[in-house]
Amino acid sequence: MRLSFELARRGYRRYAAYPGATYAGLFTNVFFGFLIAYILLAVYDERDVIGGYDVRDAIAYVWISQGMLAVAGLFGAGWWELARRVQTGDVATDLQRPVDVQRAELMQDLGRAGYQTLWRAVPQFLLGLALFELTIPDEAGRWLLFALSIGLAVVVSFGIRFLVNLCAFWLLDYRGPVLLAIGVNLVLSGAIIPLAFFPEPLDAVARLTPFASLLQAPIDIYVGEPLGGKIAVVLALQASWALALLAVGRYALAAGTRKLVLQGG
Amino acid sequence: MVELARIYVRLIEARVRAQLEYRLSAALQLLGVTILTAGDFLAIAVIFANVPELGEWTVGEVALLYALATISFAFTDLVIGHLDLFPQMIREGTFDQILVRPLPSLFQVVASDFAVRRVGKVLQGVAVLAYALVVLDVDWTIGRVLTIPLAIAAGAVIYGAVWIALATVAFWIVDAMELVNAFTYGGSFLSQYPIGIFARWLRGLVVFVVPIAFVAYFPALYILGKEDTLGLPEELRYGSPAVAVLAAFVAAAVWRNAVRHYRSAGG
Repeated sequence: MRLSFELARRGYRRYAAYPGATYAGLFTNVFFGFLIAYILLAVYDERDVIGGYDVRDAIAYVWISQGMLAVAGLFGAGWWELARRVQTGDVATDLQRPVDVQRAELMQDLGRAGYQTLWRAVPQFLLGLALFELTIPDEAGRWLLFALSIGLAVVVSFGIRFLVNLCAFWLLDYRGPVLLAIGVNLVLSGAIIPLAFFPEPLDAVARLTPFASLLQAPIDIYVGEPLGGKIAVVLALQASWALALLAVGRYALAAGTRKLVLQGG
Repeated sequence: MVELARIYVRLIEARVRAQLEYRLSAALQLLGVTILTAGDFLAIAVIFANVPELGEWTVGEVALLYALATISFAFTDLVIGHLDLFPQMIREGTFDQILVRPLPSLFQVVASDFAVRRVGKVLQGVAVLAYALVVLDVDWTIGRVLTIPLAIAAGAVIYGAVWIALATVAFWIVDAMELVNAFTYGGSFLSQYPIGIFARWLRGLVVFVVPIAFVAYFPALYILGKEDTLGLPEELRYGSPAVAVLAAFVAAAVWRNAVRHYRSAGG
């Protein structure tokens, strides 16, 4: 437990070391936030409700999703690091350490997500709140479940990124899978446009994928459904994907490690 | 100038050959980029699945905007997209090597890479352009036909000028590349939509300061023979080539000035 906490703290501090990058990232998120907010406002000039979202929900979506880009690492955020270490062989050192590689990476990623939440997601959400009219839930329980859902989103995101990185054990060049993953991530998580805007069958199918757990799930809890059954399903789906991805990640790491030993000798 | 072009072609040839050496990897990357950029148009398609018009623009008209913006940005990205890594050159001191070689520094930075995978972006933009041309009922004249390639060329130069001018920020602030992204990637995203839907300050910014309204918006107004909802002078829709030339000169001056003030970290 103590070790996990220390690892997470390292993850946090690593990002805290570059405040300039944080401000720059914040600026970019806010700029895109403005652009997407104005696009959606123009959309809502034509219609009052789309897929259950009214205009205030949609604007809340904008400022939450811009924050989640950093928090859930939808693009960037250590996407390549493990893959690069596999490619250079440095991963051999990681494997020799008395800490499990997956656990160490997960803890550091949680630390990173904590930093991004505090210094990127929260400030820019507050800015959005100051400048636009958006939905604010008034039940304390909803905020708690929203926070829980964000935590699960980070774990699912880590699970996906971990697997993509492990491709480097089998492929000479990991950049193809990484680019593909980012593309699929952005579309199916609802980061580019809310899944609620998708035409019906597509929306339902997209929501079952692990990508919907990254962004659409927390936002659904924030804007939408009455507290109760449907929210429990959303959280359960997120938790199942988190566990499944971590399990597959373990298996893939073991398989990759065997291959590495054979090759590296 | 001819000599530089010759050197450029040789350098790029070598880069391309190196990337095509690993075929599967190159193919996967190309596919990745195509999907990644197709996401942007998907957003537009999804919007128009819900509403008939966006700021008085139909889906075909927005597709034309999108195609002009995307293809020109894709060419810029293809040629100088690796400027994203420019801060790294400053941090690691490799920019010093460039300064001691007998070729212009900007030329060397630009010629240092050429990512084949980014062709995916061009392809995706061309596909949307084809869609727009099929859907739209344009009253074609020679001027309108020629405007398409001209706008793409001018647009690529404008994006390139903005990118290069902003990349010089790295001479002073090394870890601020994401700031530049707001204007490059953000600018390309913005110009895919009719400018009229944005707030006043944003419209002013993209018409008068960072002139990306000239990449797609004004040429598209001309091609479509559309009324400008911003109420700006009609002459602006012919302005893209002139703005491109002006932007290129400004960017070159900014770069020269930045390099003159560059002090190496002493690597």
